[in-house]
Amino acid sequence: MDKYIEMIRIRFLMMLAYRTNYYTGILIYSINIGAYYFLWSAIYGEKDAIEGMSVIQMSTYVAVAWMARAFYFNNIDREMAAEIKEGKVAVELIRPYNYLGMKTMQGLGEGIFRLFFFSVPGMVIVSFIFPLQFSADWTTWIFFAVSIILSFFINTQINLLTGITTFFLFNNTGLIRAKRVVIDLFSGLLIPISFFPLWAQDVLKFLPFQGISYVPSMIFTNSFSNNEAIQAIIMQGIWVLILIIPIQVLWIIAKKQLIIQGG
Amino acid sequence: MFYIAIFFQYVAQYMKTRMQYRADLFVEIFSDLLFQAVNLIFILVVFGHTELLGGWTRDEIIFIYGFFLVPYALFSSFFNIWDFNERYIVKGELDRILTRPIHSLFQIVLERMELESLFGAVTGIAVMIYAGNSLGLGITWTDPFLFFLFVIGGMLVYGGIFVLIACISFWADARTSIMPMMYNIGNYGRYPVDIYNSVIRFVLTWVLPFAFVGVYPASYFLGKEEWFLYSFLTPVIGIVFFGISILTWNSGVKRYRGAGN
Repeated sequence: MDKYIEMIRIRFLMMLAYRTNYYTGILIYSINIGAYYFLWSAIYGEKDAIEGMSVIQMSTYVAVAWMARAFYFNNIDREMAAEIKEGKVAVELIRPYNYLGMKTMQGLGEGIFRLFFFSVPGMVIVSFIFPLQFSADWTTWIFFAVSIILSFFINTQINLLTGITTFFLFNNTGLIRAKRVVIDLFSGLLIPISFFPLWAQDVLKFLPFQGISYVPSMIFTNSFSNNEAIQAIIMQGIWVLILIIPIQVLWIIAKKQLIIQGG
Repeated sequence: MFYIAIFFQYVAQYMKTRMQYRADLFVEIFSDLLFQAVNLIFILVVFGHTELLGGWTRDEIIFIYGFFLVPYALFSSFFNIWDFNERYIVKGELDRILTRPIHSLFQIVLERMELESLFGAVTGIAVMIYAGNSLGLGITWTDPFLFFLFVIGGMLVYGGIFVLIACISFWADARTSIMPMMYNIGNYGRYPVDIYNSVIRFVLTWVLPFAFVGVYPASYFLGKEEWFLYSFLTPVIGIVFFGISILTWNSGVKRYRGAGN
């Protein structure tokens, strides 16, 4: 266990060394939040509420969805693809740790860094620019904390799955890009799932994506009742467990047919 | 003439290398399509809840997005200079470029072109035809010419802004993250500028004129007379911005000292 915690620490320190990149990152996310803020304000127009959300809840939703993305988002699928292509994965496999576990921990180190140096200050800055609403209820914050951790795991597991496909496809840059676009839409980052037409909501209910962005953001904006929040969090937890199965299966198959060239 | 010949030779060479890896090419075009589809789905879902967006109907917004895709496709096919700093300045590749017999910027455009992005123009035109049909827009004989003019204008606006930002590397060689920021700001131009506040509108019109890539030129075809003046400014703004960027580029190249030995 120690070595995994050490890995989180190293990643954290590595990110800390290059922290200037993150100031512009906050700016970029603020620009995106701004674009959607103006769009949604225009969409609401004179209306008080759409699908039970007020315009203030909507701006908060947009802001927290993007800033939370800074926490759960990582590029371990691309890192894995690069390591597999370059053959470095051979060395990784003989090291005394679980490769996938280690990748997850690196992602977590990155996430914790961005939480403190990106999400939190970014949220403060954004709240000065746009009218946002923070919940005063401590249960909301606890639910949000649990939910955001689970969304990190769901997103990371999907990244691991995408990364493992490199073993079979050799070149999956297109797939990685496509996955990112699909997640932005279906996770509720761009539009809350409750805004989709009903048939689409029914389909999305059976997919893990809404656990990534929709659930924590809805909790944060108090758009969920306590009961709904608990149910949603349990669903997230179930998805984390379900996703372990395809990862393990693919991982075993991948290791069997792995060919390292050169060395 | 020489430039045109060189251009087509590079295009031919490019096609050969890309056709070697067809599957890769296919996936790339597919993921572009997916990206455009997501943006369209966003518009469709949003208009499930509202009739008008700042006074614009669903089909008008879709039309603007369709138009935007065309100059954007041209831009992303030919102006891949977002990594100019790392690729050419830090690695000293610009030394090689400067020994070539054609203009340095043109040489970079040729080397870095990604013709598969042109597919976005096809999508854009298809989207425009669809939206135009449901709006009942007619086509007059001047429309194709103006369309061509506005598309080129929009591409030059985008190209001008990105070349100007690339030029920063001539004066300050630190890595900047302004490039990705610009791509995000560019998205503002896809929607009618009247939904933004006046400061952003001013910036999008005169400082970083991304509005001239989407809303303004598209307004002409939508018959929005209050924006006609801006529509016809599109090629002018394009030429002015691109002209300034070329001049800045040339004086930047004069300052360039090369890296390493």
